[in-house]
Amino acid sequence: MMTWQRGREARNARIQAGARLAKGKVVDARDATRLMEAVVRPGDRVCLEGDNQKQADLLCAALLAVDPAKVHELHMVQSGVVLPEHLDLFDRGVAKKLDYAYSGPQSARIAKMLFGGKIELGAVHTYLELFARYFIDLTPNVALIAAVSADRDGNLYTGPNTEDTPTVVEATAFKNGVVIAQVNEVVDKVPRVDIPGDRVHFVVEADKPFFVEPLFTRDPAAITESQILTGMLAIKGIYAPYGVKRLNHGIGFNTAAIELLLPTFGEKLGLKGKVASHFALNPHPALIPAIESGWVEQIHCFGSEVGMDEYIRARSDVFFTGPDGSLRSNRAFCQTAGLYACDMFIGSTLQIDLQGNSSTVTTSRIAGFGGAPNMGSDARGRRHPSEPWLQAGREADPEGSTLLRRGRKLVVQIGETFGEKNVPLFVERLDALDLAERLNLELAPVMIYGDDVTHIVTEEGIANLLLCRDASEREQAIRGVAGYTDVGRGRDAKMVQHLRERGVIRRPEDIDINPLDADRGMLAARSIKDLVHWSGGLYAPPSRFRNW
Amino acid sequence: MSAPHTQTTKSSAELDRTASWYEASARTRVRLLLDPGSVVEFIGPEKREVSPHLKLFDLPEQFDDGIVVGRGRLDGSPVFVAAQEGRFMGGAFGEVHGAKLTGLLRAARDIGSVPVLILFDTGGVRLQEANAGELAIAEIMRAVIEARTAGVKVIGLIGGRAGCYGGGGLIAGCCSALAVSEQGRISVSGPEVIETNRGVEEFDSRDRALVWRTMGGKHRRLLGGAEVFVDDTIQDFRDAALELLSSIRAFGIDTLRAEQSRLEDRLQRFGACPDAVDIWTAEGIPDAVSIPALPADQFIALADKVRRSSRDAR
Amino acid sequence: MEDLSFRHATRQRAAGTKKLAVIGVVASGNLEVLAERVLPDSECLVEIRTAAAGFGEVWDAVIADFVKGYSPGGLRFSINDGGARPDTVSLRLAQAARLMQEDDQ
Repeated sequence: MMTWQRGREARNARIQAGARLAKGKVVDARDATRLMEAVVRPGDRVCLEGDNQKQADLLCAALLAVDPAKVHELHMVQSGVVLPEHLDLFDRGVAKKLDYAYSGPQSARIAKMLFGGKIELGAVHTYLELFARYFIDLTPNVALIAAVSADRDGNLYTGPNTEDTPTVVEATAFKNGVVIAQVNEVVDKVPRVDIPGDRVHFVVEADKPFFVEPLFTRDPAAITESQILTGMLAIKGIYAPYGVKRLNHGIGFNTAAIELLLPTFGEKLGLKGKVASHFALNPHPALIPAIESGWVEQIHCFGSEVGMDEYIRARSDVFFTGPDGSLRSNRAFCQTAGLYACDMFIGSTLQIDLQGNSSTVTTSRIAGFGGAPNMGSDARGRRHPSEPWLQAGREADPEGSTLLRRGRKLVVQIGETFGEKNVPLFVERLDALDLAERLNLELAPVMIYGDDVTHIVTEEGIANLLLCRDASEREQAIRGVAGYTDVGRGRDAKMVQHLRERGVIRRPEDIDINPLDADRGMLAARSIKDLVHWSGGLYAPPSRFRNW
Repeated sequence: MSAPHTQTTKSSAELDRTASWYEASARTRVRLLLDPGSVVEFIGPEKREVSPHLKLFDLPEQFDDGIVVGRGRLDGSPVFVAAQEGRFMGGAFGEVHGAKLTGLLRAARDIGSVPVLILFDTGGVRLQEANAGELAIAEIMRAVIEARTAGVKVIGLIGGRAGCYGGGGLIAGCCSALAVSEQGRISVSGPEVIETNRGVEEFDSRDRALVWRTMGGKHRRLLGGAEVFVDDTIQDFRDAALELLSSIRAFGIDTLRAEQSRLEDRLQRFGACPDAVDIWTAEGIPDAVSIPALPADQFIALADKVRRSSRDAR
Repeated sequence: MEDLSFRHATRQRAAGTKKLAVIGVVASGNLEVLAERVLPDSECLVEIRTAAAGFGEVWDAVIADFVKGYSPGGLRFSINDGGARPDTVSLRLAQAARLMQEDDQ
C-alpha cells in the first residue's frame, strides 16, 4: 500500500524524541547535545546557521559534542563556514559532505581539508544559488538557527541580523524538517515576530549572545592615497556619466573611499541626487557621512553590522525597520534586489586575468563566493529599463536594434594594481585553475566571469570593456590599466594608445583628475571617531576599532 | 546635524592649520605650527646623518633619522622646535635621533631665552640601538632639566600616531608643560608591555577603550599630567603652545617640591581606584562613563570646571 | 637591502628654483624621496636603497615613465624605500617633483 506521509511521520517521531528533553518547546542548554542525538539522524542534511555574520555557536558546539556512533556522516548545507567548529565536525566524523557559499576566516583550513579528503565537497555556491537548492535538492532535514529572543510558543525575534534565517526555516519547516533555534533569551513577548512559532520546534536558551562578526567596518584611517584616486576615478568616470542611482558596493577600502568621497568630491561635481541614492548594501559605517549629507534615499540590507543598531533605528527613512524600530535584514531578498534591481556592482577582487575573469581563490585558500557573483553578473531575466542599463547596452552593441537590444548591468572591478605584500592584481592565469586541477573540480572557482565585467578601475585609469570589439582589444584594455605588474608591462603600447584615443582606456588626466589631488583630506571622515561624530553619537563601534 | 569636515573657502594658511595633527607628518606639523616661512631645519635630510646601526640589521634608514630639529618663530617670537616622525620605526629614539634633540636642548640652555617645543611621537627606545637609545634618553632628560634651570621653557605637544611612550614618557614628565589631544597617549610602559609582564587580567592591551581611558589625552588632562587638552588640529596645538608659553612660571626647587606634593596627593586620593572611570567619579564628575565619547569642546569645558591645579607644579 | 641607481638624460630643466624637498616616510609600504637640485640641467639621477630586493626591472620602468612624464632635469632623487608598491613610488616621485616646482622662499 502506497503511503504519502512518510516525511511527516518521520518528523513527528523526531519531535517526539526531542520533546522528552523539553518543557513545551524550551530545552535547557545543558541538554542541547542530547537534543541533537535525539533529533538528528545519521546521513541527515543539516543546515547549521552558519551565516555571513551571525553564528548559531551554541548549537554548533552541541552538535560537535554528539557521540559519533549515534550521529555521523551528516551532509552540511550552510551558507557560511565561519567558525573553526564548523570544520571540527568533519574532523570528528560527525559530518562528511559539505555544500556551502562562503568560508572567509576558514578559507585556508577548508582548502587543506579538501586536499586531505576530510571533506566530501558538493559544490561552492553563491548565496542565492544555495538558497535556491534548499528548495529543490538540498532541503535540510534539520535546521539549527540563531535568534535574539523567543517566546514560549517559539515565535522568534532575530534582531537586526535576520540574514538567512527566514529562508532556511521556510525550506526546512514546510518540507518535514525540524527547526531548532538558539536564542539569547526566552521572553514573554518578542519585540517583533520574524519567524512564526509554528515553524519552530525547539528553543534553546544560550548563556551568551550568539557570535556576530563585524565584517563590514573599514577604518577610514587605513585608506591610502591610491585607493582615494581609484575612488575619484570611479565617481567621475563611471557613476557620473552613467548616472548610477541603484547599486551595490562590495566590501574593501576602495569602495569605502568612494563612500567617503561622495559628500566631498561628489558634492563638488554636483552629483548629489543624481547618483548613489538607492543601495542593496549592508549598513556600512563608512556610508554614514553620505547618508547624513542627504545622498542616500534607501538601503536594503543582507545583514547588519555591529554597532550600527541605534543609528539605523534613528534613520528609518533610509533603512528597512520593523514595528519595534530595529533593522530587518534578509539575505535572500537583498541578493535578489542586487541581482535584478541594481544597475551597478562595484567591488574588489584578488586576481584578474587577461579575459577579465576574477577570483578570490589562491592555491592555499578557498574563500568561497558569498554574494559577489550575484551582484556582479548580468541578470538575463531582467526586463525593466533604466538609463544606466540601456547606456551600457548601447555601448556593448551600438549596431543592435534599439527595441530588441538588452541593457547591461555595470559590473566594475576596482583595486590597486598591486595588493597586500606587493602581490599583483593582474595575472596571466588565475590560481583558481591550478586549484581546480589539483582538486579535480569540474569547474574552476571563478568569482566574476570576464564576460560580465564591464569596467576595471585601477590607479592607472579606467578600462571600459563594453567598448572592446574583440578579445585582443579586451586583453590590451586590461593590460593598459595593469600598471607595473608583469601583465601591465607586457602591453602593446601602440594599441593601448589607440584604445585611449577611443576612450576605451581613460587616464586620470583624460577626465581632468590630478593624481596629486588624491589626498586623505578629501575623505569626509578620516577615522572611526569622525564616523561617530557624523552619526551624532548613534554609531557605537566595537572596541577594537576605537582610538579614544 | 553637524558635519565635521564641511568644505568651505578659507585662506590657505587657515585651511592648512585646520589639518589633523594626528594625520600630519613631523615636517608638516613643524611647518604649519610655526609662522609661515620661518622654519630653518638643523642637520636636515640633505646632510644624510643617518643611524649607524640600522644597516647592521639590514633595515632601511631615513635621512633625518626620524626627527626634525630646527628654529622658527611662533607669533613672531623665536622658538626651537623638535618633531618626531611616529611612522618611521614608531618614532623611536636611536643614537642620532637622540643626539639631535640633546644638541637642540643644550643650545637652548646656552642661549637661555628661547623656548623649546618638543612634538613627541614615539614608542620609546629603538630596539636595534637600545644602549645608545637609553643613553640618549638620559642625556635628553638631563638636558631638559638644565635648560629649564637656565630659564628655558620646554613644552611638549603630544597627539601623534605613536603616542608618547617609554623614554618619551619620561622626557615628557621633565617638561615645563604638556598639551595633549585625545589621540595622544602618555605612559612609560605601553599596553602590550604591561600585558606581557603582568597578565591580561591586569591589562588587556587589545581593549582599546581601556588603553585610551588609562593613557589617553583626556585622562592625562583630568589627572593633571597634561596642562592643556586640545582638539586634533594644528591650530589648536598652536594656540595651546602660545597659552602655555605665556603662563609657565620660573623653575626651581619650589617647583619640584610642589610637583612632589601634587603626586603624593594624587596617589593618596586615587591610589585605590581600579579604573580611570573611578578616578573621574572620585573627582566629582557626574556620568563619568560618558567622558570618552565627549566631543573635544565639551570635554575642555568640563575639564576647566573640574579642577584647576592650584599648585605651581607641572 | 638593495642599492639601485638610474641615470637619465632629460629634455628640459625642472621648473622652479627650489633647491631641496623631502616627501614621504620610511615605513612598511612607504618610502621617502629627497629631491636636490644639484645636477646639470640635462640630467636626472635616481638612487634607491630598498628593503625589497629583486624588483630592479619594475623600478626601471617606474622611473623611466616618471622621467618621461616630468622631465626633471637637474634633479637628483634619493630614495629610502620600505617596500612601497609601484603606484606609491610614482605618487611620491610626482609629489617631490611638484614640490621642486615651487619657488624657494
